[in-house]
Amino acid sequence: MLEIHDIHKTFNAGSSNEVRSLQGVTLSLDEGSFVIVLGTNGSGKSTLLNAVAGSFITDQGSIAIDGQDVTTWPEHRRARYIGRVFQNPFSGTAPNLTIAENLTLASRRGQSRGLGWALSGAHTALLREAVSTLGMGLELRMDNLIGSLSGGQRQALTLLMSTLVKPRLLLLDEHTAALDPKSADQVIRITDRVVTRDRLTTMMVTHSMAQAVSLGDRLIMMHRGRIIQDLSGAEKRRLRPEDLLARFEEVRRADLLDESAAELLRRRYI
Amino acid sequence: MNLLIGSLTIGLIVSVLALGVYISFRIFNFPDLTCEGTVTLGAAVSAVLLLNGSGPTVAIVVAMLICALAGALTGVIHTRFKVNDLLAGILVMTALYSVNLHVMGGSNLPLAHTSGFANAAAHLGKAVFGGRETIELLGRSASVSDLSVLFAVLLIAACVCALLYAFFRTQLGLAMRATGDNSQMIRALGASDSGMQTMGLAISNALCGLSGALLAQYQGFADISMGIGSLVAGLASVILGEALVGSRKLGHLLVAAILGAILFRLLVAVALRVGLNPNDLKLITAAFVLIALVAPMLIRQWRKHKPRTGVRHA
Repeated sequence: MLEIHDIHKTFNAGSSNEVRSLQGVTLSLDEGSFVIVLGTNGSGKSTLLNAVAGSFITDQGSIAIDGQDVTTWPEHRRARYIGRVFQNPFSGTAPNLTIAENLTLASRRGQSRGLGWALSGAHTALLREAVSTLGMGLELRMDNLIGSLSGGQRQALTLLMSTLVKPRLLLLDEHTAALDPKSADQVIRITDRVVTRDRLTTMMVTHSMAQAVSLGDRLIMMHRGRIIQDLSGAEKRRLRPEDLLARFEEVRRADLLDESAAELLRRRYI
Repeated sequence: MNLLIGSLTIGLIVSVLALGVYISFRIFNFPDLTCEGTVTLGAAVSAVLLLNGSGPTVAIVVAMLICALAGALTGVIHTRFKVNDLLAGILVMTALYSVNLHVMGGSNLPLAHTSGFANAAAHLGKAVFGGRETIELLGRSASVSDLSVLFAVLLIAACVCALLYAFFRTQLGLAMRATGDNSQMIRALGASDSGMQTMGLAISNALCGLSGALLAQYQGFADISMGIGSLVAGLASVILGEALVGSRKLGHLLVAAILGAILFRLLVAVALRVGLNPNDLKLITAAFVLIALVAPMLIRQWRKHKPRTGVRHA
């Protein structure tokens, strides 16, 4: 379904703030799998999602979706395969357009946009029905500007928009991190329902250990631009938050060791 | 009376420009200086075509198409080659200065003895009113030809406004509005934000060209300096209109841009009548736009700081 082969990405190459975000990531996703992506800050997990979505072109390696090589495709062209929800609840919706207008834009994801009316009566009715599945009462406010809604409502709508046309791949980038606990919980429940219902191939970045163990059928952990752990099947099902925390602690210790070793070398030779 | 009709006519001609500026500045958030060049380009192209015997409609349509190309060029320079938005506009505007001089073959091109839209409208008006030169309007006599021109311009502005309103409710138009609102989102939904922006600038500059062409045909000459200050004048109209209407609905905002342009023109006419030195006009317009842009921020800051300073002094 998704084939990522040895991708590399370095930001600000050659300057003093060079960041090697991805250092050879290879990953293969099966149809219908739900992968949780975990990692420390700056480990490259969001960068990995952005690389797949086409926010930038990778320096090296290849990405294929459904057997189609998309390595050099710009973001908007890949959107025909990919649905996306961002960390920032404001990134996925246009604030000065109404709920209905935002949704109708999403209902043509990956299709051409011509001079037909964006909204017709029958189409609006369909969209209203889709919104009612969120159970937030937003179907009564189809003509309200999205900017007047809360972050949780906007994120739920973004999720709905990204799956309105069934995507081949759904990318969720810490999509509940900026929400209050109640909204986050609501959005996660909707996520679980939609992904299970449509059997969507999904990659979800998260910082929440609880989400990491309760959701998904596979888990990858990233560190310093590489995948350091890849669990699936029974291993993933047995996973508890404590195991993950322990693994993080291990990684942190290894990092400390690296730093102290570097310090030792610096003192001795410089 | 004639002064009022003249101001209204020019106001409506400028309102087409204001609609163009509304598209670039408000919908795409793009301060597009290209319009300073395309107003003149529209005037120049339509003037030369008229002098070579084309009809006014053909002259206007061709002028609009060429100005759309200029706008698209700015869009491509900005989106494809990542040149800063202001600079992209300035580059094309500067280049257009020479182009315009070449098109006109000089810095001024009189249109005497040609039949622009104004003459056509005046003829039609006279025919309708049975050949009379003046009619009574609100107890004063008004020239039939001036009134006909005003009516023609009103019709054009209304058509442009209605077309834009319809366009921005189509799938393509809606995607354009979304691009200005949230370009990340529109990319994620599979539309090229670069393409949308380039197309939007083309439309915006086509309207600037239309405004320039109408102005040249109305006043009877094209001049190299016609476009100077047009972005700021357009902005002033848009801002005035928004203040007048106080709504965020698309239809209201489009009408607001037109009303703003007319009001702005009337204010200018009154100020000139009262004795304002015409040389100060651009200075005052710029100051007005600056105040309109900065005032909301200053008021916010003032509101935020007021309680705190009170505590400090206590």
